[in-house]
Amino acid sequence: MAPDKMIRMGNQIAAFFRTQPGIDPAVKTLEHITDFWEPRMRQQLRDYVADGGAGLDPEVIAATKMMA
Amino acid sequence: MKDFIIPDDTDMGTPAKEGAPVSLIIDGFDVTVPEGTSVMRAAAEAGIKVPKLCASDNLEAFGSCRLCAVEIEGRRGVPASCTTPVAEGMVVRTQSEKVRKIRKGVMELYISDHPLDCLTCSANGDCELQDMAGAVGLRDVRYKAPENKELANHFATRNTSGEANPEWIAKDDSNPYFTYDPSKCIVCNRCVRACEEVQGTFALTISGRGFDSRVSAGAADDSFLTSDCVSCGACVQACPTATLQEKSIIEMGTPDKSVVTTCAYCGVGCSFKAEMQGDQLVRMVPYKHGKANRGHSCVKGRFAYGYASHKDRILNPMIRDKIEDPWREVSWDEALSFAAKRMRGLQDTYGKKSIGVITSSRCTNEETFLVQKLTRAVFGNNNTDTCARVCHSPTGYGLGQTFGTSAGTQDFDSVEHTDVVVVIGANPTDGHPVFASRLKKRLRAGAKLIVIDPRRIDLVKSAHIEAAHHLPLRPGTNVAVVTALAHVIVTEGLMDEAFIRERCDWDEFQTYAEFVSDPRHSPEANEMLTGVPASDLRAAARTFAAGGNGAIYYGLGVTEHSQGSTTVMAIANLAMLTGNIGRKGVGVNPLRGQNNVQGSCDMGSFPHELPGYRHVKNPEVRDLFKEAWGVDIDPEPGLRIPNMLDAAVHGTFKGLYCQGEDILQSDPDTKHVAAGLAAMDCVIVHDLFLNETANYAHVFLPGSTFLEKDGTFTNAERRINRVRKVMAPRNGYADWEVTQLLANAMGADWTYTHPAEIMEEIAATTPSFAGVDYALLEEKGSVQWPCNEDHPDGTPLMHVDGFVRGKGRFIVTEYVATDEKTGPRFPLLLTTGRILSQYNVGAQTRRTDNVVWHEEDLLEIHPHDAENRGLKDGDWVKLASRSGETTLRATVTDRVSPGVVYTTFHHPDTQANVITTDYSDWATNCPEYKVTAVQISPSNGPTDWQEDYAAQASKARRIVSAAE
Repeated sequence: MAPDKMIRMGNQIAAFFRTQPGIDPAVKTLEHITDFWEPRMRQQLRDYVADGGAGLDPEVIAATKMMA
Repeated sequence: MKDFIIPDDTDMGTPAKEGAPVSLIIDGFDVTVPEGTSVMRAAAEAGIKVPKLCASDNLEAFGSCRLCAVEIEGRRGVPASCTTPVAEGMVVRTQSEKVRKIRKGVMELYISDHPLDCLTCSANGDCELQDMAGAVGLRDVRYKAPENKELANHFATRNTSGEANPEWIAKDDSNPYFTYDPSKCIVCNRCVRACEEVQGTFALTISGRGFDSRVSAGAADDSFLTSDCVSCGACVQACPTATLQEKSIIEMGTPDKSVVTTCAYCGVGCSFKAEMQGDQLVRMVPYKHGKANRGHSCVKGRFAYGYASHKDRILNPMIRDKIEDPWREVSWDEALSFAAKRMRGLQDTYGKKSIGVITSSRCTNEETFLVQKLTRAVFGNNNTDTCARVCHSPTGYGLGQTFGTSAGTQDFDSVEHTDVVVVIGANPTDGHPVFASRLKKRLRAGAKLIVIDPRRIDLVKSAHIEAAHHLPLRPGTNVAVVTALAHVIVTEGLMDEAFIRERCDWDEFQTYAEFVSDPRHSPEANEMLTGVPASDLRAAARTFAAGGNGAIYYGLGVTEHSQGSTTVMAIANLAMLTGNIGRKGVGVNPLRGQNNVQGSCDMGSFPHELPGYRHVKNPEVRDLFKEAWGVDIDPEPGLRIPNMLDAAVHGTFKGLYCQGEDILQSDPDTKHVAAGLAAMDCVIVHDLFLNETANYAHVFLPGSTFLEKDGTFTNAERRINRVRKVMAPRNGYADWEVTQLLANAMGADWTYTHPAEIMEEIAATTPSFAGVDYALLEEKGSVQWPCNEDHPDGTPLMHVDGFVRGKGRFIVTEYVATDEKTGPRFPLLLTTGRILSQYNVGAQTRRTDNVVWHEEDLLEIHPHDAENRGLKDGDWVKLASRSGETTLRATVTDRVSPGVVYTTFHHPDTQANVITTDYSDWATNCPEYKVTAVQISPSNGPTDWQEDYAAQASKARRIVSAAE
């Protein structure tokens, strides 16, 4: 997937959970990505974060770092 | 032939009523019927047929033909049994010398102005006038012309002196599917009443008075085709004579048997009788006991079945090495072993997860179940997705989060009990026409309507209905508008606190109430953003909250946005806030697009969940399927359609089996879809036609139509309806057999011999289907899931005693603007939709006479925007977005607001999806079809892209037949 698309999709998820009260948006972002993103997509995200993760929201970066 | 059903279609004369029991005596028999029932219907209930012509049980009694006169003890004269309600203790005689004489006199008058060409008449054998003449014993017509004059009549073209008869009107055969022959008309009014009461279009009227009374479509110089007639067929069905007659009957004659089946067009899922001569389909007639449609139909299901025998249908398997090659017709064996070898080869080279499937929302549950089983049990991965990805996946997510299940909450009958209807992002009169007719009937009876849509759809104002409020929001601002409605309801104290306390999580409600009460969510604060006047929005909120039973119906205008899932949650919040869940007349009602999109989701077509909406991460669910299928289920979610295409471009996804979907035309950002398909090494298209996707395919497996196979479809109200085979598959195999052949070619050992066996497997593995089998469907006609031990008769209404998840959950719905924004280059917003006569990508309807109503996609543009660009009605325009550009003709109309343009996506040569982008819903990847920033400019021909596309498509469709 094109990096800008991955960044947008990740940030869109974080943008929703950021608005939710009483939860940790990074944890919820992680759960959502784990539930719905195929392993190749998650790997691409991990690789991208390992390279600095430019353009990704902090919650997405935090979520990615929590990935097993 | 055990699946054939002979429907009991006795016409009871007048509609059924609900009421306290009333007992009376008819012809000496005791009869008990609900209060309000007519004497005619009461007699019919007792098996006594009172002669009738103007009465029909789908129309209110009219009392014009006088044929149904009866005698009632203690009453004077001979009242019409259709218009006379029963009364306690009434004693009725349907036969007596007196009424017999009257009836014969009535028939004599009718027949005196009717041609006696019965033997060659197209209604021969199916004519109520003929039946009634027989029933009353008419043997002679005594009326004679006065001396030196002709007897005035409507049927003779010329009188005996050869002069033209001024009363004669030529047949109107302008409609492609039926004719209107005024010479056979008895002016019983049934067609006019059907158009009003059943369809709600009011296209027909009776012009003139007395002897000059004629059925007339539209204004004086209109034909049926140019009038407002929507060709639903209700008038044809109502006509007791040959006046309104299907052309297929005129051509072929009367059918000799009839089989109940389910329409394969939209998500309403109408029941039809397929009327047959041998294995030839003569006509489709809506089945009155069908619980979704209650005897009504639209132009697609009723008439647009000609694609099944269209010359474009591909009946032999075909293969080719490269997509640049022409197709080669081969045997099934060769095609299947070619496909199996390629797919397995790809897995050997690129890994187990390098191939996948797209299940069809048009095929049956059983077929869909097998396709997802193919990927899970034979390919060994979860790479399965379906067209619901691009339509209602946000419904699944949003309702799952709030209510605990993706299920729509009601049945269609529920609309008869509603007081306020909100229609948001849906255009039922075009997309779900039979539901729209039922809705309009309720609106004419006094229910209020709120339309939230960027366009002034027909429901906003048309014959005898008018929306109380139309909120013409700017595309992309759904969340802001629905949240503002909730703001008004909460801040003005209009919510149903008792319901919320009892049924919902009160703490979450508190948080939600605080969020939504914030002044930044007020209608006033959002007016600039949404374009909806604050006072209108406030008024609409009050109407909804305080108007009684409130029901929300929504469509893809809600889901196909970057915040699609959030809007679904906002809608669920609104229903909970107002206590509109868990009884008749209320609820959250997703109007699903395709015939079996509900079923395809139920059957585990999504890459993250097994049948019955259970995530693949759950080991107990995987164990269940391991037990059933003897293989380990991959615990990781698979690729969704957009992800498959991305992975294909990236080189890690190489093979696809696509059943009954045309992703190249229906999915957004055509160029990206084409690039993804072109990057694959084995694309298997299983379809009726060489669709657009097949331009990039290596294997073509011919498909079967819904007339050629057994199975079930599940409609938008979760109703599981039988599909029945009425003819042998022209391609040789039903689609479930083709999938089984492919699976077995890849090493599986499937041995299904009938779809009923597949349903047994579905029931055994899927709790919500546990009680479903074909015997039950034979017995009940249809059943709504969940159907299991707790709900043996199915579940018409969800969440009656509590939400599926326990307490209903309010979710904060913050508006987040889409990244798709207008600017100097692309200053207008494009939104897309459907039109009545065409269906989805048009593969079926474009191959029928429905093209007379819509032969091309048109661009709707507001007069203001048109004038700025020097455009007139009918001009060719170039439509461009950052994704691509195409050309089409403009329709200048104020149905759209300034700044908004609209088109349909039914024609591949326009290909509206070359314009749409790859932006998608945050939760589900459902594409944002409904918002694309575009520019419009005058044009004088197709774009380069259109020319290249047409050239590629024509090259890709070459076929070398087996003999060459």
